[in-house]
Amino acid sequence: MKNILSIKNLDITFRTNAGNVHAIRGVDFVLPQGKTVALVGESGSGKSVTMKAVTGLLDQNAVINSGKIFYNETDLLTLSKKDLRQKINGQQIAMVFQDPMTSLDPTMTIGEQIMEGMFLHKKISAADARKRAVELLNLVGIAEAERRMKNYPHQLSGGMRQRVVIAVALSCEPKILICDEPTTALDVTVQARILNLIKDIQAEMNLSVIYITHDLGVVAKVADFVNVMYAGKVIEVGTVEEIFYDPRHPYTWGLLSAMPDLETDDDRLYSIPGSPPNLLHEPKGDAFAPRNKFAMKIDEREEPPMFKISETHFAATWLLHPNAPKIELPAELKSRLMRSRKAAGYE
Amino acid sequence: MSEPLLKVKNLRQHFKISRSFTVKAVNGVSFEIFPGETYGLVGESGSGKTTIGRSIIRLYDPTDGEIFFNRDKISGDLSKKIWRRLRKNMQMIFQDPMSSLNPRKKIGDIIGEGLDIHKLYSSRKERNEIIGEILKKVGLSPAHAERYPQQFSGGQRQRVGIARALVMNPKLIIADECISALDVSIQAQVVNLMKDIQHETNCAYLFIAHDLSMVKYISDRIGVLHKGYLVETGSTREIFSNPAHPYTQSLLSAVPQPNPVVEKNRKLISYDAAAANYENRTMRRINDEHFVLD
Repeated sequence: MKNILSIKNLDITFRTNAGNVHAIRGVDFVLPQGKTVALVGESGSGKSVTMKAVTGLLDQNAVINSGKIFYNETDLLTLSKKDLRQKINGQQIAMVFQDPMTSLDPTMTIGEQIMEGMFLHKKISAADARKRAVELLNLVGIAEAERRMKNYPHQLSGGMRQRVVIAVALSCEPKILICDEPTTALDVTVQARILNLIKDIQAEMNLSVIYITHDLGVVAKVADFVNVMYAGKVIEVGTVEEIFYDPRHPYTWGLLSAMPDLETDDDRLYSIPGSPPNLLHEPKGDAFAPRNKFAMKIDEREEPPMFKISETHFAATWLLHPNAPKIELPAELKSRLMRSRKAAGYE
Repeated sequence: MSEPLLKVKNLRQHFKISRSFTVKAVNGVSFEIFPGETYGLVGESGSGKTTIGRSIIRLYDPTDGEIFFNRDKISGDLSKKIWRRLRKNMQMIFQDPMSSLNPRKKIGDIIGEGLDIHKLYSSRKERNEIIGEILKKVGLSPAHAERYPQQFSGGQRQRVGIARALVMNPKLIIADECISALDVSIQAQVVNLMKDIQHETNCAYLFIAHDLSMVKYISDRIGVLHKGYLVETGSTREIFSNPAHPYTQSLLSAVPQPNPVVEKNRKLISYDAAAANYENRTMRRINDEHFVLD
């Protein structure tokens, strides 16, 4: 399988008044051609920053200490801002942002907004651009596309606006679509329709898609591969089945157990104690150790490397070291995993 | 069964936007909440869930209908005495912990405001003790009373929002999307805290949310809203195992499940919302704990 995007050992620091925040601490990430990869984690774990680095949208105070971001064979970090904007952003890599209420320009009609990128990136006549824009609106499931072209964003509902945002992102036929929490602002029924829409378009246009989200329900629906991030690192990566039916990192366990499924009837929800570390102060050893009840002595001294579980499944926890003691999974997680494996007919 | 704590009868809440245009946000909604239970209110955005919460606590003046709380009638014009009782016994937790705390006030004063107004302490020392106690209960420390909201994270601020509601020792707490702005792991902490407090003080919750898995987990009974109408209400078990209204069915079919194989084979049940017309319908009884709008 060819990787259309691969990030190697990315390391980013933000210079702030309070000091240097080491937000990304060596991230490796791959996006196979035509697949969907999800980046999961709490706020502040570095999901959005990683993707902003890919699109060159990092804030002024960000310093990239090391790392490479390959789009096909090009290292995006070696390109100038101008090249990145003219050749990559929009044309090759497009982004769908979280809030459809604020990511459209309220003073432009939606037709103009869809055509804007085409005029910028392509030699295209106004008539052709128009035709293409109407096609795109049809593709994203907006009825009466001709008439809607003349509408302003405030005339549309939230779900419709998110469809327009997707149409804008697709206007220059990108190869990679990055969706940053595309449905958190939307209702469940609308969310399900938007996710299905992105899936259909993906198949049609052979897109590779990255989802940034903390909603594991969304991840289960769309993803082929999952990367779990914590404190600026990917701490577990695997196929969606491996992550949901056979998670290995205690943080992934916590995330899964904290979200009730429709079967959950325990008296209490499992919650990960404490809060994520402040990256203003570099954590020593495993960054998750203070919140991890399975933490061992070595966690306080040394950061765990990625241990291999299968060809596609890796996790960074000392529990996977051959010398680590065998541990019993928390009961609520155990029954949860049994239940979901059974419902899925897994193994 | 005991007497209901809150009784909403035929509540209507309309907003006149201009001479010719009125938004009919809530249309003839009736339900009851019993002491110590959690009633979940679900529905899409614009369905009227937040409006109902705000009408009940009288941030709005209901257009029509009656609301009874703790045997007092709290709709229409109220006497000073009933206002005070309502303001003390019903509290609200807001959605956004970033914007619902006054940035210029210390945490202790934010929490203590209700105590000050209702004069629920006899000395300064007692006031600070009450505040310290409540901070401990929500998992913060009494020393935090001297800090300002911006010194806290989102999860901690929501704890302050809960403490502010709890300090009045209310009988009913209206929780309007109070966890949706929080991270998954923090959501679980807050929900556990709310459950613990309910066990301890036997307060009731009106839990307004759009995350159905969480609503199912926390609620004893549920009401489903659509376009300002209560289309179905019943015990959580009944609603989730035998949803009777087509809108409820479509809503439940869209709840994302953290299970990839199940999720990828799922079929959505579609519902033509535009064609739905709920005017002049009546609630039909399915059984003692389940009603649907026909």
